[in-house]
Amino acid sequence: MIKRLKAFWHLVRRLSGDDAYDQYLAHFAEHHDAVDELPLSKEAFFKQWQNNKWTGIKRCC
Amino acid sequence: MNHVFKKIGWILVALLGATAVSAIATHRGESINALWFITAALCIYAIAYRFYAAWIIAKVLTVDETRATPAERLDNGRDFVPTNKWVVFGHHFAAIAGPGPLVGPTLAAQFGYLPGTLWILVGAVLGGCVQDTVTLFLSTRRNGKSLGQMARDELGPIGGSAALIGTFAIMIILIAVLGLVVVNAMKHSPWATSTVAATIPIAMIVGLYMRHFRPGQVLEASALGVALLLLAVFMGGFVDHHPALRVIFDHDGLTLAWWVIAYGLAAAVLPVWLLLAPRDYLSTFMKLGTVIVLALAIFIWRPDVQMPALTQFIDGTGPIFGGALFPFVFITIACGAVSGFHALIASGTTPKLIANERDIRMIAYGGMLLESFVAIMAMVAATVLEPGVFFAINSPAGVVGKEAADAVAMISSWGFPVTVEQMKSLATDMGESTLFARTGGAPSLAVGMATIFGKAFGQGLLALWYHFAIMFEAIFILTTLDAGTRVGRFMLQDMLSNIWPKMGQTSWYPSVILTSGLVVAGWGYFLYIGVIDPNGGVNILWPMFGIANQMLAAIALSVGTGILIKNGKLKYAWVTGLPLVWLVTLTTSAAWEKITSPDIRVGFFAAANDLASKLAAGLLPPEKAVVAPQLILNQRLDAWLTLFFVVMLWIVVLDMLRVCVRYLAGKSVRPNTETPYVATQLVNSIEPVR
Repeated sequence: MIKRLKAFWHLVRRLSGDDAYDQYLAHFAEHHDAVDELPLSKEAFFKQWQNNKWTGIKRCC
Repeated sequence: MNHVFKKIGWILVALLGATAVSAIATHRGESINALWFITAALCIYAIAYRFYAAWIIAKVLTVDETRATPAERLDNGRDFVPTNKWVVFGHHFAAIAGPGPLVGPTLAAQFGYLPGTLWILVGAVLGGCVQDTVTLFLSTRRNGKSLGQMARDELGPIGGSAALIGTFAIMIILIAVLGLVVVNAMKHSPWATSTVAATIPIAMIVGLYMRHFRPGQVLEASALGVALLLLAVFMGGFVDHHPALRVIFDHDGLTLAWWVIAYGLAAAVLPVWLLLAPRDYLSTFMKLGTVIVLALAIFIWRPDVQMPALTQFIDGTGPIFGGALFPFVFITIACGAVSGFHALIASGTTPKLIANERDIRMIAYGGMLLESFVAIMAMVAATVLEPGVFFAINSPAGVVGKEAADAVAMISSWGFPVTVEQMKSLATDMGESTLFARTGGAPSLAVGMATIFGKAFGQGLLALWYHFAIMFEAIFILTTLDAGTRVGRFMLQDMLSNIWPKMGQTSWYPSVILTSGLVVAGWGYFLYIGVIDPNGGVNILWPMFGIANQMLAAIALSVGTGILIKNGKLKYAWVTGLPLVWLVTLTTSAAWEKITSPDIRVGFFAAANDLASKLAAGLLPPEKAVVAPQLILNQRLDAWLTLFFVVMLWIVVLDMLRVCVRYLAGKSVRPNTETPYVATQLVNSIEPVR
């Protein structure tokens, strides 16, 4: 039961974008090998993420 | 053995569905329980999903599980991300489901419950779901290209431009009609107006919280926002009872329309993080929450549907909008059955997230089934009201008369008894000064929802439930209004950049202000006319929106049919071809009627000429004579606009047929732009959570 609730909570976080930064860090660690390259700060990432999310047709009737 | 049990199970589902459909179709006289509607819908959806959708996926589209999707091949951690199918489903559904499936069925209930219900079920299963699925599949196979791009690449430049212009036109009409729905819900209602007004600062607080106070803490901020919204609904009641405060929020339609227009302009120019993005979170949470609660309430209360299966208004004399059952029920209910707008979402964000092609069935077909279910619940909420009450709320003063006594006399004479006292006590229960002529569908839906919630969870809070429902509708109508204005702006900037490249810079302020102003002026004009029109404006705007939306659906289905035939799948082309023929038939006949009908409540030119001759003869009362020239001009403009829509539709259809005939005759056509096969490296499905 607790496992299910946990999975549901993760689903909610993923859907709402609450864990978008964690996702980004994981993606960054996997794909960027250069040592001198640093990931964006949470604030900078969120800014970019939000702007990206709202460019184009995102909502319908 | 297991196999046999499964077969028996599906036969039982089919039998139950058939029983439920025949129960609602053949029932006459006494009221019928709403659970029959829910049962019929769920059985039809289950069978369509299990058999028809699976067949389309396997045989028509030949989905390939071993093929890498664009999300995998182009994974950049931002827009292309292989994502768990439940998460994509959530994003896709949140994007496609707006206020459309709530308003359309409410208006179409004037024909009785049966025509709308059947169209929602059949239209979704054979039309809307198919359109969404095929478009999503084609876009996924083409690196997430938009519908307009696919039309241009596969058919030619004509189809591409038509899709682009069609989208822009729909956006303008859609925003105008949704603005009108909000204005009519707030008209002379301090409670509703103050609650809706409060959503703006609440969204800003949430936006600031997510941006500066606790960056990226989306859920925390949203929880705060939802709590504040509920408080705003509650405080609205206080405002309503406060003699000084209530005056501030008590306005007529025209004043509110100007406020909505000013708001639209501000919202389109403000940065997204401050208003649009945070309000979208709130509206998504509200939408999902309310849909779930409404479904639960229908199951708990199991209300009886009071509306007859068919009313006399199928002949075209209906008070809410003029026009006969065919084609107008199919135009009025666009979202919830077939919505062309979905093709833009299915060829936008969603294809860039799909981890495996086999998820397409659940995301596109399943997502549209769920939207169709929302439309069925809206139909239930409209038809559980007594028909007399339903017509009193939704009939404009221009049709039934301004005085309450005249209105009830006329509505009762149609065979739907209602009294002034009954309407008065209902208005008091709901915390409103009057519920007569509250057109646009939102107030009657809110009364229906409040009735269902009240019966299921306790009667004491009717006024709170009513204003909660109004707030719930207003919040995502306003989101569509901002988002639509912004999209219109981007499209206009893109078009103007062909003339003057600098206009295409999306962050150059003069261009931003000019294009936002033009888009707002476009929908603001139709909203203004809709408010001053004594026949309620909905009568004009909603059918035009329906025609435009169905036209876009026909364009999407043309692209789908054309590509199927070009890929040598002529024998399956009927899957998209049949809904296409149906949509072309009904949009063309609806447009024909709107242009040529001699009935002044249907034909635009007839209405313009009638008003012009009355004005010339001095037959109009002074307050009508003042606005008559604007109404005449608008009716003529609407006629030309409708003609334009239908001409565009035919251009695309003929262009598609030209391409298909060339292909079948062995002549050269534009090449298939599908990306080449790459085997997937992702083992199994994407992990749901990390």
